[in-house]
Amino acid sequence: MSEAIVSALHALAAGAKDFFSPSGIPNMIMVGVALGMFWLAIRKEVEPLLLLPIAFGCLLANLPLSDVMAKEGFLRVLFDMGIGNELFPLLIFVGIGSMTDFTPLLARPRMILFGAAGQLGIFLTLMVALALGFPKELAVSVAVIGACDGPTVIYVSNLFAGLGKIDPAMVGALAVAAYSYMALVPIIQPPIMRLMTTHKERATRMPPDKTRVPKAALIIFPILVTVITGIIAPKGLPLMGAIMLGNFMKVSGVVTRLTSASENEIANVSTLFLGLAIGGTMDGHQFLKSQTLLVFALGLMAIVVDTVGGLLLGKIWYRLSGGKMNPLIGAAGISAYPMAARIVQVEGLRGNHQNHLLMHAMGANTGGQIGSVMAASIMLAILKGMGLI
Amino acid sequence: MDNLTFGLTMLLVGMGGTLLTLWLLAILMGWLTRLCQPRAKGDHHE
Repeated sequence: MSEAIVSALHALAAGAKDFFSPSGIPNMIMVGVALGMFWLAIRKEVEPLLLLPIAFGCLLANLPLSDVMAKEGFLRVLFDMGIGNELFPLLIFVGIGSMTDFTPLLARPRMILFGAAGQLGIFLTLMVALALGFPKELAVSVAVIGACDGPTVIYVSNLFAGLGKIDPAMVGALAVAAYSYMALVPIIQPPIMRLMTTHKERATRMPPDKTRVPKAALIIFPILVTVITGIIAPKGLPLMGAIMLGNFMKVSGVVTRLTSASENEIANVSTLFLGLAIGGTMDGHQFLKSQTLLVFALGLMAIVVDTVGGLLLGKIWYRLSGGKMNPLIGAAGISAYPMAARIVQVEGLRGNHQNHLLMHAMGANTGGQIGSVMAASIMLAILKGMGLI
Repeated sequence: MDNLTFGLTMLLVGMGGTLLTLWLLAILMGWLTRLCQPRAKGDHHE
């Protein structure tokens, strides 16, 4: 009897013993990281919809003797259900598509070029990551943080993890870096915008665009983008196809129930499951590496260079247009929608109280959404051509 | 393939491809918006 009680007490103490042993230190640190993410999500409202479930998943995975990521564990089931096969990021993209309005972009199609300039960070970061000795696939995954697009980062990195080309634990680090920097765009971008532009440039007024976009154009547009992506970069078709499906349902106006479900229930459930499963990959023993810190540093660099790229094109356009294009618009050429466009509006108003750049910036911002997915799709197409995937 | 060749290929073909594809989309979007504009009343022939 006494032996049974002792062994039962041992069993109850096993968790604490494991947690407070030297091998439990990485998990203890990750529990601290999870608490930090709770603080960021709740007190600072840093991407709470995603950061909160990621943090909870991280907490669950790092508690002593946790088997949530073991075979048939709670988070493993979620991971296999929608991360391992890239389903959740795509479902989230359907929701994003149904929440996006491409009217400002169709009114001024050239704004999409800012969406290309805003991807410069991806390619320059890739060069730096390779120079630092990152394996090619991990370098590509880190560079894609410059897409400023969480689902794209998860999709691409998980594709490599599935092929055994990168450590699955890195998917969590990459996702957290991507979502953290997306949330920090309002802090990262304004100083760069002020540094790279003169007061005169920032004060450039742009009259409101009165181009009327016909409904037929809005309906044909998602089909057109899907077909072009399919022809040029078929490996990225699931990404672009998902975002355009959501948008197509919205603009068609005939499937309001599906649109509503895409932007609410489907996006919300997918976000919850994706966050938990990604958090589950953040086991301290695999997550705490010097490489993880480098991933965060390179991710920041990618977003800074994206902003610089967009602003540089804005400045060139300003000169070519004889001072009619406000170069701040270039900073909106990233995928953080509609945050980047709002920042341009705020900075434009600082330069000139009567300067309303929002609708122009929205055009560049939706161009950035398409640009980021297109850049990732083209990278995948090139990798496929090289036989790396 | 060494890292430098890989990186430069990605930079040139990746960035160039993204720019060209989006430029193509800009042209197509311009055409699309113009083609879909409803005709003015004067354009109809009785």
